[in-house]
Amino acid sequence: MTSKPPSLQTTPLTWLRKNLFHTWVDGLLTIVSSVFVVWVVTGLLTWVFTRAQWSVVSTNLPLFFVGRYPASQSWRLWIVLSLVVVTIAFSILSQRSKSSRQKLLSYGLLVVSFFLSLWLIGGSGILTRVGTNLWNGLLVTLLVAIVTIGLAFPLGVLLALGRQSALPIVKGFCTAYIELVRGLPLIGVLFMALVMLPLVLPSQVRLDRVVRAIAGLVLFNAAYLAENVRGGLQSVPSGQIEAAKALGLNTPLILWLIVLPQALRAVVPAIVGQFISLFKDTSLLALFALVELIGISRSILAQPQFLGRYVEVYLFTGLIYWIFCYSMSIVSRRLEVKK
Amino acid sequence: MIRLWRNVRFWRFAGQAIAVILMVAVLAFLGSNLDRNLRQLNIRFGFGFLRSQAGFTIGETPIAYQPSDNYTQALVIGLLNSLKVIITGIVAATIVGVTAGIARLSDNWLVRHLAIVYVEALRNMPLLLQLFFWYFAVFLSLPSPENGISLGLITFSNRGVGLLGTQLSPEFSALLAGLTIYTGTFIAEIVRGGIQSVPRGQWEAARSLGLAPPLVLRLVVLPQALRAIIPSLSNQYLNLAKNSSLAVAVGYPDLYAIASTTFNQTGRAVEVMILICATYLSISLIISLAMNFYNRSVQFVER
Repeated sequence: MTSKPPSLQTTPLTWLRKNLFHTWVDGLLTIVSSVFVVWVVTGLLTWVFTRAQWSVVSTNLPLFFVGRYPASQSWRLWIVLSLVVVTIAFSILSQRSKSSRQKLLSYGLLVVSFFLSLWLIGGSGILTRVGTNLWNGLLVTLLVAIVTIGLAFPLGVLLALGRQSALPIVKGFCTAYIELVRGLPLIGVLFMALVMLPLVLPSQVRLDRVVRAIAGLVLFNAAYLAENVRGGLQSVPSGQIEAAKALGLNTPLILWLIVLPQALRAVVPAIVGQFISLFKDTSLLALFALVELIGISRSILAQPQFLGRYVEVYLFTGLIYWIFCYSMSIVSRRLEVKK
Repeated sequence: MIRLWRNVRFWRFAGQAIAVILMVAVLAFLGSNLDRNLRQLNIRFGFGFLRSQAGFTIGETPIAYQPSDNYTQALVIGLLNSLKVIITGIVAATIVGVTAGIARLSDNWLVRHLAIVYVEALRNMPLLLQLFFWYFAVFLSLPSPENGISLGLITFSNRGVGLLGTQLSPEFSALLAGLTIYTGTFIAEIVRGGIQSVPRGQWEAARSLGLAPPLVLRLVVLPQALRAIIPSLSNQYLNLAKNSSLAVAVGYPDLYAIASTTFNQTGRAVEVMILICATYLSISLIISLAMNFYNRSVQFVER
């Protein structure tokens, strides 16, 4: 007769023993950290439900999201939002499908809906113009982040290719640019873009503040993206390039058809990571008088009836950033697992 | 003879020539605009202004300074303040990050999840926001020095942190807290990755030799993990140094803050820009060199 193996079922008690009180040091750690957790959680909860005055958030909710964008025109932003949702849904669906025509169509839709959104937000012709000084809050944070990644990515790929180039002058220039920018703080690069850019352009050219800020962010992020892409380029086996050469492809075609598709696929998680830090970095624009999410929080805090409600405002702003960044980091982790 | 457009050497030469011509053209265009614009503003390039009187007060001065001193002296104060926060920040962030990284791998469920919550909550929020939070919501909201909160040798009040007789300003404390806790989350992830890269067999072998778990970590795992950790860690140190320039947001007079005041007073954008770039590049270079040197010393010595 065979006896059953001993039961491995975890009762709450064995779970506690294994996970919280394995040794006496473990038990001590558990007690200390549970005291800490209880202290923090009770403190936070009593504050949230008794002392916090959430009216500063609830009355200013539209300000956080769209700032001083005229309320009579806000229907335009709703259209933009639905356009974004449709575009994202369509591109996810078409990524799954095999037909390359549908993929091409989704890229087309992306470009069209981007410019359509820009027109809807800014307005010209039949729509009343809304100046960029009225684009505030989350609206401008998202817009700046998306435009920046769209421009910095191709520039970063070019810089990475340049750094790998066989032409010494091109290589030297790209390496110098990448290393120079990566040694500088973003605030310095933004200072350069906002203060120096008007000085090095002809005086007739007047660039909008938002455009200059985007230029600074693009110049900065392109250098970091270039380093990410370079990692991907180095991960493509040289046999691939030799095989392509043996087939008689010329250098641009080898890059376009063989190297870049493999290299970029390998670095998608790193690029998402760079996008997350870019999204957080847009907050620095608040230091240059651009009223993005942090800028609008500061002007809300300057309202006389809400003076000193720092914790409520900063917690709420932090939550908005956190939701975006955390969901992107989950996407990046998924992509990493898929590989 | 090969046709010209089929000749690789021709294309190499042409490619370089085109690159040089483009670069020279762009630089000449920007340079001539700069020259014209500066002439219109009546500014002549030169660093002579550094010898004129600064005229502004600085909140925190590690060495003696009066508003009657010149810009050079003010900028030196800024540099010293920057170095002060960078060095203390690197030490503190390393301690916080290594602790959280080890806690992240703890067998203790509660400790592990505390570390996860810390890392995931704080690295997904902008540093600038955290600095504002620390400065306005924490340090300036503390009670006045008379009824400050005292924890043994440390006292907290709205005039800053008192530590063994020295008083740290609320600006410095907020900046240090923000930089430490933000960078600590990234260091924690690096330490966790480094420890996980050490093969499981190393743990088991050390345990079966009779070493206690803390000793296994200290003598066997960490020395091996360091090899994977150091390169990413030095990147985080560089980030911390660069991020210290956000000091201007909480009013700590670091190098960038003083340079930007200098620009506002003198209007000398180009010179100030050059100074900012040169200083931060040197700081980055020094950190890279030091970390490379350390990296070489922890790498595996092949027999």
